[in-house]
Amino acid sequence: MSLLKKIFTAIRGGATEAGEAIVDANSIRILEQEIRDAENHINKAKQDLTSVMAKEMQAEREIEGFKKQAIDYEGFAIEALNKGDEALATEIAEKIAGIEAELALHEESKTSFSAHANRLRELVKKTERQLAEYKRQLTMVKTTDSVQKATSAISDSFSNSNSKMMSATESLERIKKKQRDFDDKLKAAETLENENSDTSLETKMKSAGIGPQNASASSVLDRIRAKKGA
Amino acid sequence: MDIKKIAVDLDQLDADAREGFDFDHQIIPGEEEVLQISLRGREEIPVYLTLTDTQILCISYLWDESEIIEETKSEMIEMMLDMNIPMPLSSFSRIGSKYSVFGALSLGSTTEDIAHEIVTLSDNALDAIEVMSDFLK
Repeated sequence: MSLLKKIFTAIRGGATEAGEAIVDANSIRILEQEIRDAENHINKAKQDLTSVMAKEMQAEREIEGFKKQAIDYEGFAIEALNKGDEALATEIAEKIAGIEAELALHEESKTSFSAHANRLRELVKKTERQLAEYKRQLTMVKTTDSVQKATSAISDSFSNSNSKMMSATESLERIKKKQRDFDDKLKAAETLENENSDTSLETKMKSAGIGPQNASASSVLDRIRAKKGA
Repeated sequence: MDIKKIAVDLDQLDADAREGFDFDHQIIPGEEEVLQISLRGREEIPVYLTLTDTQILCISYLWDESEIIEETKSEMIEMMLDMNIPMPLSSFSRIGSKYSVFGALSLGSTTEDIAHEIVTLSDNALDAIEVMSDFLK
């Protein structure tokens, strides 16, 4: 059964409540073991492949050698025939027959080594696909497991802190209110800053004798004197 | 890569990389250590970060099964499926009885990538609650 299907079945069966493992710890161990086994198989197959390929190459070299020998001896046989030495030609022909038998034997082994090497290459590919699949499954198991453990740590810390779990809409409302308060404060600060800059302008104008002037004691006294004189 | 190192690295990021947010974090101990990250001003909906062998998982919880208006549940779930791809970097999920948004990062991610994920996830969580609020009590 595929792992996703196992998780599906566990969740459908209600295994999502805290404390209940969706994937049992054994699955992780089994998968890790399968990954190690697959890796060993791949290594072993690669070693075998190297030695089979070496044998294949060696057979190939020997085949070339026998072919060359056969050609050489055919030349000698022709030479013997040309010299009319029938007996020697026959002896050489027997030698050639022996070389050809060896050649056939080595070609047979080479074919068998090639086939073996191809089987091993297929095996390596297949095991590598299997390994990737086990690793994908292990990721799934471990992620599921981590999230479950993390969730239980979070909810434990929440119940320990005694804080009341707010509903989503309450939380959002509070966050928005904080944002509004912050915006209001910002606005107030801006207004205040503007007012401050107005005041500083007025001070500058006043010291330059521009705009409405505060009544000074002497101007008040002047006004009183004027009233009194009237 | 471990949780403590991520926490330290996030602390050392400049404000630019944190996209203007201040991060507070604490490590929640347990069989699986979890880094809880609160964006200042959004403490109610933190982002939780955990590590697995192959990825960094960032999760925010949205709402509990019990908060859903029962009659609208299947419509809500269909909406979540439809919204899954348009939502940048995050996906909807459910862990136990809690609906959530999550994002997965490669273990080779930079601290900037992680910070970007955290901020995006937080934005997505708030947006998701807002748009789905019709289905919630």
